[in-house]
Amino acid sequence: MSSSSTALSLLIRNVRVLDPSSGFDAVVNVGIRDGRIDHRGEALPDTAYDQTLDGDGCWLMPSAIDLAARFREPGATHKADFQSETGAAQAGGIGCVVLPPDTSPVVDSPAVVDRINGKAARIHGLDIAVLGALTQGLKGEALASMSALQRAGCVGFGNALAPLRNALVARRALEYAHGLNATVHVFAQDADLANGGCAHEGPVGTRLGLPPIPIAAEVAALRLWISLVEDTGARVHFCRLSTASGAQLLESAQARGLPVSADVAAHQLAMIDADVEGFDAMAHLVPPLRTARDRDSLREAVARGVISAVCSDHQPHEPDAKINPFPLTEPGIAALETLLPLLIELVHAGLLSPLQLAARTSLGPALVLGRAEPAISPGSPANLVLIDPERRWTIDTRDPLSWHSRGRNTPFAGRTFCGRPVLTLHGGRIVWQAPAAAAGAA
Amino acid sequence: MKTPSLQLDEHGRLRHLLTMEGLPRDLILRLLDRAEGLAQATSGAEKKVALLNGRTVVNLFFEASTRTRTTFELAAKRLSADVINLQIAASSTSKGETLLDTLKTMEAMQADMFVVRHEASGAAHFFAEHAAPGVAILNAGDGRHAHPTQGLLDLYTIRAHAPKARSAGFGALSVAIVGDVLHSRVARSDIHGLRTLGCVDIRVVAPPPLIPAGIESMGVRVFHDLERGLDGVDVVILLRLQKERMLGAFLPSLAEFHADFGLTRERFRQLKPDAIVMHPGPINRGVEIEGELAYGERSLILQQVTHGIAVRMAVMAEILGSPAAEVLS
Repeated sequence: MSSSSTALSLLIRNVRVLDPSSGFDAVVNVGIRDGRIDHRGEALPDTAYDQTLDGDGCWLMPSAIDLAARFREPGATHKADFQSETGAAQAGGIGCVVLPPDTSPVVDSPAVVDRINGKAARIHGLDIAVLGALTQGLKGEALASMSALQRAGCVGFGNALAPLRNALVARRALEYAHGLNATVHVFAQDADLANGGCAHEGPVGTRLGLPPIPIAAEVAALRLWISLVEDTGARVHFCRLSTASGAQLLESAQARGLPVSADVAAHQLAMIDADVEGFDAMAHLVPPLRTARDRDSLREAVARGVISAVCSDHQPHEPDAKINPFPLTEPGIAALETLLPLLIELVHAGLLSPLQLAARTSLGPALVLGRAEPAISPGSPANLVLIDPERRWTIDTRDPLSWHSRGRNTPFAGRTFCGRPVLTLHGGRIVWQAPAAAAGAA
Repeated sequence: MKTPSLQLDEHGRLRHLLTMEGLPRDLILRLLDRAEGLAQATSGAEKKVALLNGRTVVNLFFEASTRTRTTFELAAKRLSADVINLQIAASSTSKGETLLDTLKTMEAMQADMFVVRHEASGAAHFFAEHAAPGVAILNAGDGRHAHPTQGLLDLYTIRAHAPKARSAGFGALSVAIVGDVLHSRVARSDIHGLRTLGCVDIRVVAPPPLIPAGIESMGVRVFHDLERGLDGVDVVILLRLQKERMLGAFLPSLAEFHADFGLTRERFRQLKPDAIVMHPGPINRGVEIEGELAYGERSLILQQVTHGIAVRMAVMAEILGSPAAEVLS
């Protein structure tokens, strides 16, 4: 929010540093000056700082890199825009977002990339990257001009949620991307097997009569894409896994040395198919919420690093998009601000260590993007988030101090979380600070 | 669970009827009894009772249906309510006016009850969630989810015509539901209702593509063989097969379905002598059932239609009627 604040030097005392790049996890003092970290150690630095914060009980880690967040520009600014969602990302402890190419127009020409980058350049305190379309218009037919898109700044390619029904086109797309040394982001869901469904195929969906999306829709698509990776050597990142079988397939492909990685949306680690009970449109997601067993397997795959990234899969909507019978509502939730809180809950539940949390939200995604490993050591850029794991916080989407996204479509409205980001730093500047967090400031 | 609390008020009274799921046994029996009373009261030349004088019922159908709409219309008229029929093409709600706009517009005309049919599962819940206080929603079928008045009228028909239901209760009944269970809101509503009344032997019989995943969790057994599925049953409920199912590759042909899952004379002869045959209609002759069996002596397909009016009257009277008017129940 206060992106115009000058880069004061800052000392954070007695804070638990989680540095996934080096595995460093200890309580130290961290100094920040001129946009970079200039001190990390048990001893206090000799030099003076403009501001000092007491980090007692808090974690300091690299701010999150979110591999999938829709800002809805261009094309759907009635849902959200760069300005509105930047504040939400900063409040969520996120320092970098990757925008999928399914805007309107689609990101399939350098002109659209330029337009998005032009908007991004006017945003301060958040890095904004964009994926290019894999096929023209995301239609799954002709290849997009990937080389030109890459020169324009696209950090990878993907077909977003649009299907690529023709395996030959998929293979050629991988070959071509491989030639550019680009990563292809694949949402693995066979469109024919999904058949326009809107809920997990199982007892809950059956009872509610919701058109089903079988587990086979994910598994069949993963198998095909993994064969094409074997065939082409291209690097593929699988987006939004939802099934236990999918995580298993991924792990066996990794064990064979294939260049495949994957992410999962944080809410897939928190919710299950039963959450659609009562036709709750806020639980209408793509891929659908699956069983408790799937959720547990996904959690385990995240803890073990098989799934190396957790993203928000942020999809802000206008209220009308969710005011309809369940199958007719638009899927997706506004999720930037719940990404880290949901993962902190997994830490409290003993399912994830704080260091693993930091790795899956910063190091893992950075590796997918081929970026420098985020670190908290002298010389590294101060893109950081301070987390108070005990801070209780209730989401009130009507309160601008509690909720920042223009999309109020969250299934977690009214829920009290234990733990949240309290301070977000970008390039050494404070870009967001939780209300009342100032109590810790000296 | 949100479903039962949405259709029942804090005193357990019926506010909307959205699904058979979660309807208490006592309430179901009370509705069936009340339907019986209303059927008697309206069986003479004078078919009207004055229970809902001055109330307005709007049939809001987003899915084409003449028969079902007509029975709701007749039910409301026999209760002396004013009835308005609206057939709205699903496409017209996509032209700027949302479903919510449609509901609110009709509410502004001071309707007391909406009878809603829509192709999307959950549509009736949606309307109930957004209806103004005092406006009732009666689900006349939402997608594959529920068709509770059909569920009630099927229970009514079984209770009235299956000898064992009278003598030993629903707990002693074996019921087979045959056909397109996957797409059937009737099957789901029947299963919930039968279970609530104590039926323990409920079978769904269909080729695997027409059986939805995990249906066993609703308390039924799955059969892919009609002879075994019909063995020893007291009630056969046939489901309508939409002819376009061949397009989705659910089935090779209607002829093959009839050969393997149709109620033929041969299979009919193997049923128990007092077994009854039901179908929500309209039937596909020569598909679900051999034509001449449809109106045979043990087929209750036409009685179901008649019972449907009484049951719908009972539901409307239960929701909209004042407690003082319950003398007829």
